[in-house]
Amino acid sequence: MILPKMIMKNAFRRRVRTILTITAMGIAILAFGLLRTVLTAWYSAVDASSASRLVTRSSVSIIFPLPLAYHEKIGHVSGVSRVSYGSWFGGIYISEKNFFANFAVEPASYLDLYPEFVVPPGQKADFLRDRRGFIAGKKLADRFGWRLGDIVTLKGTIYPGDWDFVLRGIYTGLNRTVDETQFFFHWDYLNEGVRKAYPAMADEVGFFMIGVKDPNLSAEVAREIDAMFANSRAETLTESERAFIMGFISMSEAIVMVIRIVSLLVIVIILAVVANTMAMTTRERIGEYAVLKTLGYRGSHIGVIIMGEALLITLSGCLLGIAVTFPMVRFFTTELGQYFPVFFVEPLTIWLDFGVAILVGAAAAVIPTRQAVRIRIADGLRRIG
Amino acid sequence: MTDEYPIVRITDVSKSYHRGSYVVPVLSDITFDIARGEFLAIMGPSGSGKSTLLNLIAGIDRVDAGSITVGGQDITAMNETELALWRADNVGFIFQFYNLIPVLTAYENVELPLHLTGLSRAARREHVQTALAMVNLTERMDHYPSQLSGGEQQRVAIARAIVVDPAILVADEPTGDLDRASAHDVLDLMERLNTELGKTIIMVTHDPHAAERAHSMKHLEKGVFNSV
Ligand SMILES: Nc1ncnc2c1ncn2[C@@H]1O[C@H](COP(=O)(O)OP(=O)(O)OP(=O)(O)O)[C@@H](O)[C@H]1O
Ligand SMILES: [Mg+2]
Repeated sequence: MILPKMIMKNAFRRRVRTILTITAMGIAILAFGLLRTVLTAWYSAVDASSASRLVTRSSVSIIFPLPLAYHEKIGHVSGVSRVSYGSWFGGIYISEKNFFANFAVEPASYLDLYPEFVVPPGQKADFLRDRRGFIAGKKLADRFGWRLGDIVTLKGTIYPGDWDFVLRGIYTGLNRTVDETQFFFHWDYLNEGVRKAYPAMADEVGFFMIGVKDPNLSAEVAREIDAMFANSRAETLTESERAFIMGFISMSEAIVMVIRIVSLLVIVIILAVVANTMAMTTRERIGEYAVLKTLGYRGSHIGVIIMGEALLITLSGCLLGIAVTFPMVRFFTTELGQYFPVFFVEPLTIWLDFGVAILVGAAAAVIPTRQAVRIRIADGLRRIG
Repeated sequence: MTDEYPIVRITDVSKSYHRGSYVVPVLSDITFDIARGEFLAIMGPSGSGKSTLLNLIAGIDRVDAGSITVGGQDITAMNETELALWRADNVGFIFQFYNLIPVLTAYENVELPLHLTGLSRAARREHVQTALAMVNLTERMDHYPSQLSGGEQQRVAIARAIVVDPAILVADEPTGDLDRASAHDVLDLMERLNTELGKTIIMVTHDPHAAERAHSMKHLEKGVFNSV
């Protein structure tokens, strides 16, 4: 057919202008893709969270502890299948810039509740047996070159002193939304140390993780737990793991908002750029469009030519942008892995890239198409010569 | 309908343009016939409405009042789409500035009107080659307009105008932008189209040499005909 040929040839008539527009589109798609990937990373913890798990913490604040004695009581609530507990340790490895999350947990129940942390059976047994043992995510172990049996010392911030741990296992994620940069050790080991140094702080935990038998009954189970400890010395707040994690993330909700707005602005700017290019090409070619109409071509044909050129430009830019997004994200993963433990390009992002390209192309072509379709042939022909 | 029946019948046609708040009358109550096989030249001073009249006959502009029938069909009663389809089948256009599409080769330019027909690729090729042979440009068919002289471009445009074998050809100052020799070639060609193929040709021109080739001439002044 002649129309695709004309679209191709028209698009590359002003080579420099077209290449600049395609490049601008590529950069916009790259920016859009990276911003979306940051958002994905931000919310990956939420996505990875399970609907069948609850978290109980102090109703006052996450930094207030709960008595370990609640463990047994929670276990007796109907609908509860498994209870584990833990505390945020907040230890520093050599220097603060080596930040990673580290928790003291009740190991057996914790690994039962979190099947997404996959530990080879032999290593798991070693870990459970050794009170000073810890497991680390694969990315974390790789980052510091830890091998099984290595002794790792963390400097306590909440619990002062140097604490030695022995690496007994390396976990991998069941899928790629699982954070492989965390550090887990025996809560008992922490508690022993605390009992010696600060007896008043012993037998207290930061939070309970609760598995429920039926996710549909989660809300009722949560209500029952909180009711049980109402009016006690330490009241509780029980919520789904998702809500619990969202609580952390919402602290940064403003940043997320900024990222969303910037993504939108990027689209608006590129729309202006492409629309300007299309307005220029149409102004230059209005006489040709009039000639085509004279020959019997109809408005819809002209529309296809203009729309096709706009889409050719935006989709070429889109492919360029996507091609650059992947190496860019790989670069970020290696350079900034500690800030974004889970950083990868979601398939949805690629679909959105294409969606943006089509939307921008179509929107940029609307006004020029209307102009070209509406102009009276006699007027269009006057613009020649 | 016999052959004597005029191919173009223009009845009480008026046309004016609106410039801001006031109206510029261009054609007033024009009535005339053009016989089948005619080669008519329309002359007149600049701004007298020659192009406007030609555009009305060719169905690329609309009358304000009156009617125009071409080959028995009232084109003033057609809507835009009907008119576009009618033009594609019935009218060949030759413009002063050739109006070829610069990104297409001579061959592709001539082929343009055929894409709107149901013809197969092979049939289209045959038509294009016949038309290009007619204007004596077969060897130049892969050249782009920018690689052709003005006269050659105008001949390509003529090939494009005749490729669908329309009954009438309209030409708006076809030699206006050409030197004497090229103009001569183009006029020879138009004469042949008229005599050999029996095309009805309506040509607007300022050029007395061009007008001489026509069989009849009409003189338009301030929107009305002065018989000559
Ligand atoms: N679209 C338009 N809007 C306003 N006025 C117009 C329009 N088209 C033509 N006119 C006016 O109509 C009049 C006749 O124009 P037309 O082009 O038919 O003249 P012409 O006889 O072909 O002149 P020329 O020999 O210079 O080509 C002119 O005064 C012109 O300015
Ligand atoms: Mg004119």
